[in-house]
Amino acid sequence: MGIYCAAMARAATTADVFNAVAEPRRRQLLDVLAGGERPVGDLALALGVAQPQVSKHLRVLREVDLVAVRDDGRRRLYRVNGRALKPIHDWVRAYERFWTERFEALDDVLDDLKRQEDDGHAG
Amino acid sequence: MPASGTATVTLPTDEEIRIERDFDAPRHLVWRAWTTPELVQRWWAGQRGTVTSAEIDLRVGGTWRYVMEVPGGPEVAFHGTFQEIVPEERIVTTEAYEGVPDPDGSAALNVVTFTEQDGRTHLDLLVRCPSREVRDAIIESGMEAGMQESYDLLEQVAASLR
Repeated sequence: MGIYCAAMARAATTADVFNAVAEPRRRQLLDVLAGGERPVGDLALALGVAQPQVSKHLRVLREVDLVAVRDDGRRRLYRVNGRALKPIHDWVRAYERFWTERFEALDDVLDDLKRQEDDGHAG
Repeated sequence: MPASGTATVTLPTDEEIRIERDFDAPRHLVWRAWTTPELVQRWWAGQRGTVTSAEIDLRVGGTWRYVMEVPGGPEVAFHGTFQEIVPEERIVTTEAYEGVPDPDGSAALNVVTFTEQDGRTHLDLLVRCPSREVRDAIIESGMEAGMQESYDLLEQVAASLR
């Protein structure tokens, strides 16, 4: 019911975008960065976690290009790179499209059932 | 009657996929459409093909099996075993795709919940994959296999969602 076409299993990539955003803390980081560039200290404050932990998550996000960094004097400023989210966007849209079609067919079935039920009550 | 909306798909954790949708019908009818073989045959393939076989033994420990035929493509079959059934409310079942080397070893666990409000039904389908590798394979298949149409169509849908 859930899986449509789990075709060939493939070698799992440990460092892909899906993996990067699967971690709730990293999604939080992206949410904060969506508001603009920030140094790591700000991010640690915003998330309420220690800076080394934030740095660890930032490293994962940078590996898949979700986050970019630049030097600003003595600070390093991190920013989000939304384009790297495209594989997820594409997949989710394709999957949604399939389920939407499937559910539209289910709508038709439900309309028939409702009609039958109304006829039943009338008769 | 316009469609009740599009399905929403989210990735709550590393190993999960969540699909949600509202239906303009009371819960007992959604349940019937979801669990009656003749009715499943009418919707489960969407517009992608036809369901050539649907068997459902709706009891805990009972099994189900759906076979779908896609024009110009191979038959695809799925099966599973019901682990929990709360009539009209909840189904927990395994789901195995028969096209992989070890279907049951890579089966997902599906948790389906139906809630009714004001004569409408909200469906929540949580697909729990045994591992991130399996979830990624599902995701990957969506990008490679029959699910994708032309990119134009995809964009239209994406636009209509926003």
